Amino acid sequence: MAEASLTASIFSEFNEYLTNDQDVREEIRVAVRAMEQTAREVMTTLEGIHQSAGLKEAPALCQKARKLLETTRSQFAELQKKVPADQYYRFHDHWRFVSQRLSFLAALIVYLEAERLVTREEVAHLMGVSVRKEDGFHLDLEDFLQGLLQLASELSRLAINSVTAGEYDRPVRISNFIQELNTGFRLLNLKNDSLRKRFDGLKYDIKKVEEVVYDISIRGLKPASAGGGEGGDEPPTSSTGAE
Amino acid sequence: MVRPDRGHRDDGKSFKGPAKRSQSGDSWPASQKMRKGVKPAVDENSEVVKTFRIFQSELDAKHDKHERLVKLSRDVTIESKRTIFLLHRISGEEDKESLIKEAQGKIQDIQASRLQRIARELEGEDPFLFHRAVSPGLQEYIEAVLFLCYAAERRLMGLGEVRGQLEFRVPIEEGEDSKTKDSSKPEGEAAPDDAIEQGSLPKEPPSATLHRTLALYVSPLDYVLGVADFTGELMRMCINSVGVGDLETPFELVAFMRELYDSFQLLGNQPGREFVRKLSVMRQSVSKVENACYMLRVRGSEIPKHMLLDAISSLPDSAQTDFDT
Repeated sequence: MAEASLTASIFSEFNEYLTNDQDVREEIRVAVRAMEQTAREVMTTLEGIHQSAGLKEAPALCQKARKLLETTRSQFAELQKKVPADQYYRFHDHWRFVSQRLSFLAALIVYLEAERLVTREEVAHLMGVSVRKEDGFHLDLEDFLQGLLQLASELSRLAINSVTAGEYDRPVRISNFIQELNTGFRLLNLKNDSLRKRFDGLKYDIKKVEEVVYDISIRGLKPASAGGGEGGDEPPTSSTGAE
Repeated sequence: MVRPDRGHRDDGKSFKGPAKRSQSGDSWPASQKMRKGVKPAVDENSEVVKTFRIFQSELDAKHDKHERLVKLSRDVTIESKRTIFLLHRISGEEDKESLIKEAQGKIQDIQASRLQRIARELEGEDPFLFHRAVSPGLQEYIEAVLFLCYAAERRLMGLGEVRGQLEFRVPIEEGEDSKTKDSSKPEGEAAPDDAIEQGSLPKEPPSATLHRTLALYVSPLDYVLGVADFTGELMRMCINSVGVGDLETPFELVAFMRELYDSFQLLGNQPGREFVRKLSVMRQSVSKVENACYMLRVRGSEIPKHMLLDAISSLPDSAQTDFDT
């Protein structure tokens, strides 16, 4: 019967491990839920830019969104406490979605403010996490890239709505921006995973924006200042987009 | 993929010509299949391109490491399977010892070469980041080790012991034996690629000690899944032993397997989907062995020994299942 007790102890140990694991996951889930709530609030705030008067208020909306986004710093700190050191990737699935979402929101805010691509450092800073894996809790590169791809779909929507709101130069700038993003993404050797799948959708966003640019240019709606050909290499004007 | 003509023409006009010629040569991997050649002219000095170059090297480094690990893991799987086959050849006390010796040698080979290389690749990494690459090999290895331990000592090897075997003492200094050179080379190659991730990772100072411990992490779940596979081997062992006329081993095995099965059932379905699948396979093995024992009890005295195996394998429940996946 010595065997029996040995086997039993092996499995009771494993059972204990499982129980602990479940507890940790439960706590992580609670922390992530709070972050998802914040992300939704920021999203709702930024939705305002699609309103016909919204683009003029973009700076104000961004400021508000930035404020809201700041709460994620403490929420990430909270989450970080719950994830055992060196086990980031064991539980990564729990916050993968929300960190993609937050990357997207940060990128959108930065785009609306300065019409440029957010850097990974900025996003990590906004969330109060590190960029490098070695420092423990960090922003995963693939999550960040997913966030950028979400930005592209949001901007293709914005291109359409800005035309409706009577802003005819914005789609051209968005087109330039997305083209640049596309160039960047095509430098990457993606594996056949979710990031690749999302990237495959980028061309439809590009196409949508190109069509908008086409529509306004054949009708002579495009302001002369906005540059030459569709998606041409004219540098984007660095206005805040409030005019 | 079908795009309306209009969009197509637009793109073609503005970008196709110059951009394609200047950039397609070096920067676009063949795998990216944007067939239309829409390449906006963004030069290498642009901030975005610079940033994505960094991302590119980081992702490539990660994927390369993943590939190396998958390859090592596959080799571990193959070698472990061979060890298991070797152990199945044990047919009596006479050849037992020599076969077990041989199997031990094989296991040590796997540990020293492949598993140590895996451990090196994973050093300083989050073990769960590459878990999916190494997990199949590890499980198969655990299965082999457990089977070896059971064949030799008739007991279940614990997780602690399995882990203990996967701790390597590696020399820190430039060793003169080929093993050190061999395994330090891939690291040297990886270093420039991983510059961003590993550049400032503090390696243990070379002067501190002559040896340091390098441990390959085995997750408890991998261990338990390895145990589940191991019961499949026990079932085969049982049927084999009947084949050679050993009428005691099956009863010993059935008791042991029941015990394992009971413990597994206690865990329920918490450990995940893979576990549940293995549990149902395990159930089949157990009932197969139980049926064999039943047959031995009931008819063992009347059937000649050489016919017993046929009788057992013709039992209704003896559907072949795949235990090695």
